[in-house]
Amino acid sequence: MKSTGTLKVSARGDREIVMTRVFDAPRSLVFDAYTKPELLKRWLGVFGGWTMPVCEVDLRVGGTYRWVWRGADGREMGVRGVYREVVPPERLVNTEKFDEAWYPGESLITTTFVEQGGETTLTVTMRYESREARDSVLKSPMEGGVSQSYDKLAELLASGEVRK
Amino acid sequence: MQPSGYKRATPDRLDATFAALADPTRRAILARLATGEASVTELAAPFDMSQPAISKHLKVLERAGLVYRGRDAQRRPRRLEPRPLAEATGWLEAYRRCWEGNFERLDAVLEELKAGKKRGRSKR
Repeated sequence: MKSTGTLKVSARGDREIVMTRVFDAPRSLVFDAYTKPELLKRWLGVFGGWTMPVCEVDLRVGGTYRWVWRGADGREMGVRGVYREVVPPERLVNTEKFDEAWYPGESLITTTFVEQGGETTLTVTMRYESREARDSVLKSPMEGGVSQSYDKLAELLASGEVRK
Repeated sequence: MQPSGYKRATPDRLDATFAALADPTRRAILARLATGEASVTELAAPFDMSQPAISKHLKVLERAGLVYRGRDAQRRPRRLEPRPLAEATGWLEAYRRCWEGNFERLDAVLEELKAGKKRGRSKR
């Protein structure tokens, strides 16, 4: 079975979301793509006309990062945080707070890069301040401006317009 | 009326929901029911499928708590239960899709980096 390419997402416990994905590349490259602005700008949240005009990364413990996305309509969405652990190319821990957060508090993101046989298993654990905050994130990917595509049916159903 | 198959969302419930949604015919049935209740005959009409085949799909949807039977004993209309779907699709699926898009772009970046590395080595 092909191990690369399948993304697993689950809600863990009360406050966490965990994502796992295998990449067909050594972890040094995956780590680079996660931490170098010129690479981040090419994949993270850039779709449907959204670009990432601001991508600043001060990759050291206590260093900050600042990312801003801009939509085709000029709308902007920004996020900032502080790196708490930086262990290239194995592990990153950073805080995350969106400028217009749709969830209360700050989240703590732990990203690990485990390499085996030339493939890298990426595990991202997002820990929120409360269950409510975690659930808001899961429920509102649209509001967060991060949802790429939405099935017509899902859109109709999730909007609450559908009544039996 | 309280739909019989519906309980609060649990991981099992989400699994059942996703399994039920994995089939295009079942998604089409749900899309049809999103516009209002329908009998099995009405549901079978747009598909090139027998009624028993449609009934089989409906059973899967009923077991997943996505569809339930209305009271009319004659027509036995099927109705959509939107809550588990809204939870499942609105929660993890939309979230997962968004990240799937990110990671597919990341795959492309990594392919390029790998190719660049190889070229760099062969130059030496």
